Amino acid sequence: MTRQDLLPALALAAAIVLPLVAPGYLVDIGMLVFFLAFIGQSWNISGGFAGQTSFGHAVFFGTGAYTSTILQITFGWNAWLAWPAAMLAGAIVGWIIAVLSFRAGLRGSYFALITLAFAEAFRILANSVSFTHAGLGMLIKADQRAANFQFRDPIWFYYLALALCIVSLLIAWRLTRGRFGARLVAVRENEDAARALGIDVFAEKVKALTLSGAIAAAGGTFYAQKYLYIDPNIAFGVDKSIEMLLVTMVGGAGTIFGPLLGALALTGINEATRALASVLPALKNVQPLSLVVYGVMLILIVGRLPDGLARLYQRIHRNA
Amino acid sequence: MLDPGILFAGVLNGLLAGGIYVLVAVGLTLIYGVLHIINFAHGSLLMLAMYAVFFLWRLSGLDPYAALPIVIGAAFVFGYLLYRLVIGRLSHGRDENILLITLGVSIVVDNVALLLFGGDTQTVTTPYASAFVRLGDAFLPLPKIISFVAALLVCAVLGVFLARSDTGKAIRAVARERQGARLVGIDVDNIFALSYGIGIACLGAAACLLMPTYYVTPSSGHAFVLVAFTIVVLGGMGSFAGAAIGGLIIGVVESLGGLLLGEQLGQIGISAIFILILLLKPSGLFGARQ
Repeated sequence: MTRQDLLPALALAAAIVLPLVAPGYLVDIGMLVFFLAFIGQSWNISGGFAGQTSFGHAVFFGTGAYTSTILQITFGWNAWLAWPAAMLAGAIVGWIIAVLSFRAGLRGSYFALITLAFAEAFRILANSVSFTHAGLGMLIKADQRAANFQFRDPIWFYYLALALCIVSLLIAWRLTRGRFGARLVAVRENEDAARALGIDVFAEKVKALTLSGAIAAAGGTFYAQKYLYIDPNIAFGVDKSIEMLLVTMVGGAGTIFGPLLGALALTGINEATRALASVLPALKNVQPLSLVVYGVMLILIVGRLPDGLARLYQRIHRNA
Repeated sequence: MLDPGILFAGVLNGLLAGGIYVLVAVGLTLIYGVLHIINFAHGSLLMLAMYAVFFLWRLSGLDPYAALPIVIGAAFVFGYLLYRLVIGRLSHGRDENILLITLGVSIVVDNVALLLFGGDTQTVTTPYASAFVRLGDAFLPLPKIISFVAALLVCAVLGVFLARSDTGKAIRAVARERQGARLVGIDVDNIFALSYGIGIACLGAAACLLMPTYYVTPSSGHAFVLVAFTIVVLGGMGSFAGAAIGGLIIGVVESLGGLLLGEQLGQIGISAIFILILLLKPSGLFGARQ
């Protein structure tokens, strides 16, 4: 085992053991980090590796959350069975949006805007039609048994989020090693050159968004099961799309650990502002303050550090 | 079936709302036409200008219409500096970078507004807020008529400015041929910042005209950003005539969508038009062939 493998191995060991002794709220924060890293990785596959910046990834997240919830509430499915169905739905929506957009030749900013419009259209639909219970949102009946994908002890959600995060890291790792990932990077760097090399640019981009859609949808179901409630704004709101983009961009788009680093940073900033608010009672609203910090980080990282925190880490590592 | 009188009123109200949209979209299309940047912060900066109008009224009792020169001037300076200090400096000229930076700006602006002003809905009350003009079966709010006329007036002034003044000619030269403009001695970076400032100044005007009939919250920007992009895409990115006609069309679509499909589902018209135009005719109705 080289020194390079040591850090991830130690981190993993700590992630498994620590929650057994840590207080409950820390376990919840850890769960949030891994969950954010997971949905961020979904954005990273299409936005980071394949370079197709999306402003509307909530469309997949929400599709997953609503699909599994509707299957449970309206059709009486078991939540575990509904999960793969939700992923399939996310993949299908990803495939449809990709085929439509990429066939029309949309790239760059235009692709970002059309994904935003799709998410908005889904949000308005979910807000209007009866099978999603419109603006009321959907409440999953609490029946805390593992067989229902509901856990009495929140530590199980933590471990599930950790497992999801590890799976997403393995997928990203595969992308940096395999041919599919190499083709995506070629498409990102220069579409015309990639085409000249014989890469089917359209097909690769469609595959990336389909995979990304399935993963984001899996995150949607996880969210619905954890909080047992979704509504159109939670599921399809622009905030969720921005969150997925932010953790990846800040952490390092197109890198394996980018979304995880970004999720750690976002959650860390969140907790720091929360601590600040407890000292300065004038700061009633914690969420906006951390988002201000995060927005500034996004601007600075795009301008000064295009590969995000992951590259910063590498730089420090190399200089040491 | 809808009563023709209601339909008529719906169309008129839509056109009036469209006037403001035109003003918002003209700024966006100017920024795109010259700088080729998609200004995602457009909605958030409009929200900020609306708060400026609100606080001028609240603290000094200044009528929104009287605030026009102040807010337009302040918005111009704000936009100019924002471009000079942040966007121009950090984007390195890549369009996706600019998109992400303007997204970052909008996140910062939205959340600073939320921190400072709180999440409450704020409105301006004016003596003429509930005045109506009757036209056949339609009752048209007076402030909306004023804002419609004023919005078109501002657009006309902007059009004359771009066509006649030296700065306007330089802006058009940069929009058409960046390298050539540089070669004939135009300070391209300054023109970029000026164009961005003018685009944001349009938002200042829109904010003054909106506030008598509208409200502002820190999330008001969201409501406008997709609308503004839809208009610009519909009319053709960078086309002024397109933005004008697109704005009126979107105003009517929104108004009729609300009448025919109901308050909630009616909003889907905007997203649907946006998606369809991008998929079927990305150059827009009046855009130049790329």
